[in-house]
Amino acid sequence: MMLGWLFASQADRRLLGMGPFRGPTPWVIAIMSFSIMIIAATGLALANTAGSLSRAIEARYAVEVPNGARNLGAITQALKSAPGVTGVEPVPESEMRQTLERWLGPAAESADLPVPALVNFDAAPGADIGAIQRRMQAIAPAAKLSAHRDRVGPLLRSMRALQWLAFGLVLLLSVASAAAVVLAARGALDTHRFTIEVMHGIGATDLQLTHLFQRKIAIDALVGSLAGAAAGAVVILLLASGSSFVGQLVGGARLAPTDLVVLLLLPFALSALATWVARRAVLRTLREAL
Amino acid sequence: MDGALQGAGPCPRTGEEGKLPAIAEFDSVGLRYGTGAEVLRDLDFRLSDAGFYFLTGASGAGKTSLLKLLYLAQRPTRGRIRLFGEELSEAPRESLPPFRRRIGVVFQDFRLIRHLSAFDNVALPLRVAGASEEEVEGPVREMLAWVGLADRASARPPTLSGGEQQRVAIARAVINRPQLLVADEPTGNVDAEMAKRLLHLFTALNRLGTTVVVATHDVGLISATPGADLIRLEHGGLVDPTGMLRNPPPGRG
Repeated sequence: MMLGWLFASQADRRLLGMGPFRGPTPWVIAIMSFSIMIIAATGLALANTAGSLSRAIEARYAVEVPNGARNLGAITQALKSAPGVTGVEPVPESEMRQTLERWLGPAAESADLPVPALVNFDAAPGADIGAIQRRMQAIAPAAKLSAHRDRVGPLLRSMRALQWLAFGLVLLLSVASAAAVVLAARGALDTHRFTIEVMHGIGATDLQLTHLFQRKIAIDALVGSLAGAAAGAVVILLLASGSSFVGQLVGGARLAPTDLVVLLLLPFALSALATWVARRAVLRTLREAL
Repeated sequence: MDGALQGAGPCPRTGEEGKLPAIAEFDSVGLRYGTGAEVLRDLDFRLSDAGFYFLTGASGAGKTSLLKLLYLAQRPTRGRIRLFGEELSEAPRESLPPFRRRIGVVFQDFRLIRHLSAFDNVALPLRVAGASEEEVEGPVREMLAWVGLADRASARPPTLSGGEQQRVAIARAVINRPQLLVADEPTGNVDAEMAKRLLHLFTALNRLGTTVVVATHDVGLISATPGADLIRLEHGGLVDPTGMLRNPPPGRG
């Protein structure tokens, strides 16, 4: 049985002279698991946000007319009748003034303030954007047409970079966890060197000895990673501010059900990695002796 | 166990010694640790199956090193060693455990696992060989009773006296009826009565077919075992003026 080593007899458990959960390994794994959980959730949320933002602005354009509040209605009508335009969304003057108020304060309410006109619209694939721009400039020569993706592009690139940075950090933390497990395994081998020598002397195989250590480290790693992941989940829920589990994370970022499955699998993946690494480290060290 | 293992002397061996199968054969064996001088050199001898041998020599003569070669804790740096009919000096290490299970070893420093009870220490070879707990219980209790430690089964080595620890070590070495029993100063920490009982155990095992090699300074032990052969080491080499060690004579008992 491939996982038979997990179910050691009482006698085998006594051989290492101590139960699981002693020493720093479960704690180290728990801290790593907690960090991995938070960073992975952030990375996944960023990926989702970047994806939905990218889809939302792909075909979205804006027409801006400096000091053109009086042209808002005409521009809106012209856009609605323009070929290739699938949706028009004028930004009301009141909303523009509200936005300006952040910088100008009460002066934003002044009737003398030259408030620009802003109309967002969605274009169908293949729409002649140049013709639409010319049509707008016929109404207001100062009208400027811009694609949202040009404006939001740098932000999207930053989000993508952060997303990959998060996944890179998850990998780095996994490697650090593996390194911690290797050190723990070597420490355990040093502690039990005498027992190992005696066991080898009476005919124990490397695999029999490896199973003893592998089992202990597997249990330590599983408990540590589950505890860390549980703490991480609590933090993620707190950040979600009490909304539904598949709810908002930070700033409207969302975790899809598949993301939750990935997050749920992370502690088990971390435990499996720790166990595999421990097994290799123990076997390699045992092979140094006759 | 008592009846089965009691015996008056080593296994009587009749006939031509050369015809007896060898359990161990050393051919020009040398051993050095690291870059130091050779601690064993030019060892040429064979141990007959079911033989009883005493290994003697002054401290530092190489007795423990020779025993290490015998119980496969060390490889020779030169020469060849055949054990149980197999060439093992350069055998892959993965192939050694089954051979080690056929060897019982009584270490000079007992080598008991401190955090295990006397019972668990004695049970180790059986468990390593894959015996179930039901198969372990009876023989281990019987063996502990034989070495006089029936009531100390759950005691851990640090709570046992030196003599008691040695008896646990001996019980562990013989629990699985090894084909080759190697003992390094087995009577060093026991009283005369216990030494006599141990010798009886060894000779009884020998009569059942176990080859016994005992490293000792105890002249009394040697003289109490008239049928045994003597291997004498000096400065890492065999003292063999008569050549009888290459072809040990029949039992002299």
